[in-house]
Amino acid sequence: MVWFRRKQQGVLTTEKKVLPDGLWIKCEQCGEVLYRQELERNMWVCHKCDFHFRIQSHHYILFLLDDGSFEEFYAGIKSVDPLRFKGKKKYADQLKDAVKKTGMNEAIRTGFGKINGKPVVMAIMDFSFIGGSMGSVVGEKVALATEKAMERNLPLIIISSSGGARMMEAAFSLMQMAKTAAALARFSDRGGLYISVLTNPTTGGTTASYAMLGDVNVAEPGALIGFAGPRVIKETIGQDLPDGFQRSEFVLEHGFLDIIVKRQAMKKTLSQLIDSLKGGQTAQAS
Amino acid sequence: MNGFVFDFERPIVELEKKIQGMKEYSYIENVELQDEISHLEAKAEKLRKEIYAKLTRWQRVQLARHPQRPYTLDYLQRMMPDFLELHGDRRFKDDPAIVAGVGHIRDLPVVLIGHQKGRTTREKLHRNFGMPNPEGYRKALRLMGLAAKFKRPVVTLIDTPGAYPGIGAEERGQAEAIAKNLFEMSHLPVPILTIVIGEGASGGALGIGVGDKILMLENTWYSVISPEGCAAILWRDAGKAKEAAEAMRVTAKDLLEMGIADEIIPEPVGGAHRNYDEAAKILETVITERLEELLALPTDELLEKRYRKYRKIGYWEESS
Repeated sequence: MVWFRRKQQGVLTTEKKVLPDGLWIKCEQCGEVLYRQELERNMWVCHKCDFHFRIQSHHYILFLLDDGSFEEFYAGIKSVDPLRFKGKKKYADQLKDAVKKTGMNEAIRTGFGKINGKPVVMAIMDFSFIGGSMGSVVGEKVALATEKAMERNLPLIIISSSGGARMMEAAFSLMQMAKTAAALARFSDRGGLYISVLTNPTTGGTTASYAMLGDVNVAEPGALIGFAGPRVIKETIGQDLPDGFQRSEFVLEHGFLDIIVKRQAMKKTLSQLIDSLKGGQTAQAS
Repeated sequence: MNGFVFDFERPIVELEKKIQGMKEYSYIENVELQDEISHLEAKAEKLRKEIYAKLTRWQRVQLARHPQRPYTLDYLQRMMPDFLELHGDRRFKDDPAIVAGVGHIRDLPVVLIGHQKGRTTREKLHRNFGMPNPEGYRKALRLMGLAAKFKRPVVTLIDTPGAYPGIGAEERGQAEAIAKNLFEMSHLPVPILTIVIGEGASGGALGIGVGDKILMLENTWYSVISPEGCAAILWRDAGKAKEAAEAMRVTAKDLLEMGIADEIIPEPVGGAHRNYDEAAKILETVITERLEELLALPTDELLEKRYRKYRKIGYWEESS
């Protein structure tokens, strides 16, 4: 039941900050006012209600990998505008703005790292770059990271945070789903371990390709995970959606996630999974 | 073919009616009108070529959705008289939005999988407007498993406005079903030939669309989202679908230029909906030829080529 609706159409909210500024931050879920330093220490998880704030790729590098172990690769790959796409804004300008705003070249970072001493290949998506959408570069970097993991016989971890395929690259984006799935199939055929970590939100073409293809699918609590967006479903079926629909807990209940793990326990869980499934093997890289 | 006519088709249809009328008149009244008829027929032929050569992207999209456009079963009746439909995903249920089965195209045994739309209101509902649920993709995968086991090539016919966005579809893992198909199709050890025969919308199309060759009929479209969906996101106005179709470059010709489609299959002049038999004949010939080429490749080479095909799609630049 919604109490207030926006009557006027086309009202645009000003561009959202990646993370809120200020010393005090209000929890988006329970409204608790949180002291920023404490929230940061708590990995951007509300101490009262466990709400997981959306964080950026550099936070995951900090929270999940051993200090200073991240060696980024393919950071220089940049998107171009192959279709000279123009919506409200030119895609080429959107890209420039995103690079400026985030300081990254694309919506994903890839590299080597260590989890409790164990070497891994890690790919981390970043929602702050055009909604974490998957275009040619995201697809390519996922494939490259998968091939690196295959070459070195390392576990692959992909942290997803994405609204889906990037419309401005049209069919090129769509085909990245096939590209990434193909790379993962090869990796899997050669015995590679792939752990998919789904965070809020993971939807559309990203979910319908690499995010759902983990040997183990792990999610943060309360993350929106699905194929179609809730608004599209609501419009299609013409009724309100049940509470908790498409949240991690719902997706686990329906059998598509292996485990839900709080951010503070994620590193330990990843480490355990690697030990249990690949322990004693990962060091044998030839 | 009678029935629905788009505005841009109207001059042709009217001319055809006139020719038909003259033929009937000449027959009934026994009047010699052959010269006039030939003249008009030549004119109609020229008009058809002119109009269809310069269709806009949006007009192509409309043709791909033409209410009389042949669907998977229309082609099957004509090119696979022994087609035996096999049902169900052995997990949950049978999804009528995807038909799958076995049979022969000419003498070649194949496993065929295709989206299926309905023609009447009743059929449309039964087929869910060609929008599959997860069980459709899982049925397709089960049949591909049969193909791999019995070494039969797979042919998939794509014609969907998208995978169904519903509560049940999400509960049963629409995303997982599609993802799994992409994964398995990318290394299925038999040839896969994929042909877009109508609409190729997004993951719902790709879910049965990973293959060694991607062919597109002349009047079809294939993209990451429907032009309406794109317009709704870009301009908050689904009515701007025409502009979106231009911006996304969704036609067969576009996809050939993008290096995604391998080949455009010509349709009978005026579109596949104007001559089912001829359209099926053309399709049958192309399928047989392409499958014979693919069947000649050793499996390793086939799979390596398939991998490379997808691996190289996309554009980017690299700076240090």
